[in-house]
Amino acid sequence: MKFGIVTFPGTWSDGDCYYSLGNILEQDVRYIWHKDTDLSGLDCVVLPGGFSYGDYLRAGAIARFSAVMPAVERFAAGGKLVIGICNGFQILCEAGLLPGALMTNSHLQYRCQWTNLKVENHNSPFTNQSTAGQVIKVPISHHGGNYYADERTLEDLEKNNRVLFRYCESNGEISAGSNPNGSMHNIAGIINARGNVMGMMPHPERACEPLLGGSDGNIIWKSIIRYLTNKV
Amino acid sequence: MVFKKEVLDEVALSIGEYNLIVQKLGREPTIVELGLFGSLWSEHCGYKHSRKLLKLFPVTRRTAGGKEQLGQVVIKPGEENAGAVDIGDGLCVIMKIESHNHPSAVEPYQGAATGVGGIVRDIFTMGARPIALLNSLRFGPLDIPRNRYLFNGVVGGIGGYGNCLGIPDVGGEIFFAKPYSSNPLVNAMCVGIARRDSLVSARASGVGNKIMLVGADTGRDGLHGASGLASRTFGEQPEMRSAVQVGNPFMEKLLMEACLELASTDWIVGIQDLGAAGLTSASIESAEKGGSGLDIDVLKVPRREQGMTPYEIMLSESQERMLVVVKTGCEEKVMAVFQKWDLKADVIGTVTGDGLARIREGDVIHAEAPVAILTDAPSYRLYPRKPAWIKKLQNRDISGALNPGRKSFNWWLLKLLGSPNICSKSLVFRQYDHQVLNNTVISPGGDAAVLRIKGTPRGIALSTDGNGRYCYLDPYAGGAMAVAEAARNVVCTGAIPIAITNCLNFGNPEKNDIYYQLKECIRGMARACRVLNTPVISGNVSLYNETHGEAVYPTPVVGMLGLLLDVRRHVTAGFQEKGDVVYLLGVGDDRVNDLAGSEYLEQRLGLVAGRPSIDLAMERRVQRCCLAAIGKKIIKSAHDCAEGGLAVALAESSILGGKGFIGPQWECGELAAANLFGETPSRIVVSVAKDREDALLKEAKRHRVPVKRLGTVGGASFILGENVNISLRDIEQAWKQGLEGKG
Repeated sequence: MKFGIVTFPGTWSDGDCYYSLGNILEQDVRYIWHKDTDLSGLDCVVLPGGFSYGDYLRAGAIARFSAVMPAVERFAAGGKLVIGICNGFQILCEAGLLPGALMTNSHLQYRCQWTNLKVENHNSPFTNQSTAGQVIKVPISHHGGNYYADERTLEDLEKNNRVLFRYCESNGEISAGSNPNGSMHNIAGIINARGNVMGMMPHPERACEPLLGGSDGNIIWKSIIRYLTNKV
Repeated sequence: MVFKKEVLDEVALSIGEYNLIVQKLGREPTIVELGLFGSLWSEHCGYKHSRKLLKLFPVTRRTAGGKEQLGQVVIKPGEENAGAVDIGDGLCVIMKIESHNHPSAVEPYQGAATGVGGIVRDIFTMGARPIALLNSLRFGPLDIPRNRYLFNGVVGGIGGYGNCLGIPDVGGEIFFAKPYSSNPLVNAMCVGIARRDSLVSARASGVGNKIMLVGADTGRDGLHGASGLASRTFGEQPEMRSAVQVGNPFMEKLLMEACLELASTDWIVGIQDLGAAGLTSASIESAEKGGSGLDIDVLKVPRREQGMTPYEIMLSESQERMLVVVKTGCEEKVMAVFQKWDLKADVIGTVTGDGLARIREGDVIHAEAPVAILTDAPSYRLYPRKPAWIKKLQNRDISGALNPGRKSFNWWLLKLLGSPNICSKSLVFRQYDHQVLNNTVISPGGDAAVLRIKGTPRGIALSTDGNGRYCYLDPYAGGAMAVAEAARNVVCTGAIPIAITNCLNFGNPEKNDIYYQLKECIRGMARACRVLNTPVISGNVSLYNETHGEAVYPTPVVGMLGLLLDVRRHVTAGFQEKGDVVYLLGVGDDRVNDLAGSEYLEQRLGLVAGRPSIDLAMERRVQRCCLAAIGKKIIKSAHDCAEGGLAVALAESSILGGKGFIGPQWECGELAAANLFGETPSRIVVSVAKDREDALLKEAKRHRVPVKRLGTVGGASFILGENVNISLRDIEQAWKQGLEGKG
């Protein structure tokens, strides 16, 4: 499958996504410069983590106006897969491709740590290789991952199984103690109504090798590959 | 003399130095020239008080064979912005540690942030991709509000800058003691990786080549940073806040990517970052390295403020700026790379062949002095004098600490585990991204951080160390112990120690007793470096760390690089399996003086006394034994015995492994406290499977290392004979919550 990884000024997870997808999962990967608009031939676009434009103004607020973004919108409108990780999630929310917003962590500090995520919907293109209610271990690294949405949006997300991942204890219990940033409903990742655009704060590209502490992130990548393979 | 003494004071030049300048130039300097001299002859740039001593360090490594490049020093101290060592497969590790103590004391967030920014530029300037940051921090006790402000500001600044750059912060240490009150130590270390054949020099050569200034505009921030802030003590003058710069990590990230892109081309002669003394040191030191002259027009320097004088432009320490020397004909291609990254770049001058540093403002020449004279800072012979108080402290009777007082050893162990100097620092490290770049095998909190090197089976281990208390009590032994402990830490992961970088944090060297500390510390470090075969490849000196005449503890910080030939074979500090047997490699003497300079002694009697000592030959044997046993897969966990002694080391291995420990027999006579909490160096707590005990003993015998069987892993309690019996949960809680609510 062909993955495109977008590099904005200040992006830093582009290399990690490239390494995990290209070297570990042996997929076809190329970088997309933020000034490019050509996404032809790609099956999945990754908006990686980092501090695009230094997080100035608001995380993702400037990157959403990049030249590449209208192309990403068209790509998504065509039903192709888009995944936003960390800063990529923030950009997708700012661009209106996903609902809600990511506010500063409730404790006002940066957090880099492993988190447990409960897979709430294992039938999406991003989670089909997991089992119902499976708990996966994926690290976070952010200052603004505190997910917020209004009542109606939350209700919509919950009712339509659009919450993909929730922070939880290692046994799957959704608790206040396992919520690392104050996110509403412990939300760690969501999909759009159509199910082809996903945003998540944790970094699956950091969890692809046991040597680095875990390989549960591969479940997400392998789900995408399986979905795309089946479609072909 | 055409200048008043106040002007000389401002650039930190003495009248003697001024006269030397006049003599060398054969005329009075202009005001701009005076600024250039002040910066280049400052301690920070010119090392005028430490240069002679630094020559004591070994700078090459003994390697096994002629053709063996692994571990060879590629770039020695002072040759470039940072040192480099070969790690095989055509790759080099580039590393350096640098202080930002004074700026952090004035404005902790920006001081620490720009400290990170500066050291990162030193690495990518050389064409190396920065892959790790470490920080060695010292503060006064946290019960003083000012110290809490400094601590929080510094941690915030390190995280704020490093996280934005996408370079993992993988380790370091934090230590609290009174002498660091109001004068914190903030030492930032950066490690990079590059192909040996594509390293870039910080050189300006080739007559006619263009000098390009890239990155941020130049403002009035940071004037006199090198000559003023870094080269004086605090106390008399008002706060020098304007001498602290403000960082823009986003700009730095762009500069880093653009410079690394350029490093892979052959369009440039050299790259140099603008750090201390800004454009002055960057341009003139590059010219010196290239054996050239230069002609710079300050009108071509983009400025962020109006009305800046040539003097201010040359001395500004505005952050995130780089100087690039471009080959004639390649200007446009280089410019295009910067434009791609939305960076501003301007040609501000030319490399010349006349050996002169010419600074002009359009047609008006403001400075025209030989580069050779500007960079020839005087070197002073200072006189060491051993202060009388050292002997007194060393000979002081500390046997009172053997009596635990009204408290039990259980209580003391919990107290030590919860002490800010010993407890878990995860409250700090979780604020730093320690994983980005996907190389982190051992995260902060172990003996050393371990990173894998992509595309090879290898890994590197990194650690920083330096115990100011030991150096205060015996600077020679303390210096040697700093190197030894840093090496021991990387050994505990299974890595061979191969090189160090160091930062020497001391008071005012013009005082005889401080100079004695500096000299003895360096001698001790140099000796340990020779014995352990870990040459110094780079370093930095931070002097004048004093507030109101009170110096910090003499604190050499050692940044150690270790090499793992197979990173998958690394070892961690936590106990692994129930039933494993725990041994101590290198056994202490169990005498009163083991408590010299210990955390327990300070907590128990409020004393920093006694005479720490180290046997370097034993240290080397212990390290070799540990490495051999890890290499043969005998050892399952290894942890250095450091602050808090054997009891704390065992407790930490228990906590990190989530497993109890039972030590059935324990010294419980009058020396029990020395046995539990003594900080004798050269000791490692290891665990082995039950059927590998003989193999370990054989290895120890072969290396002539004393060993002692301590007990077995298992259960939910932590038991040391009759002395200690605490639940695993309680020791874990004490250790984990030590910093909770204190910041």
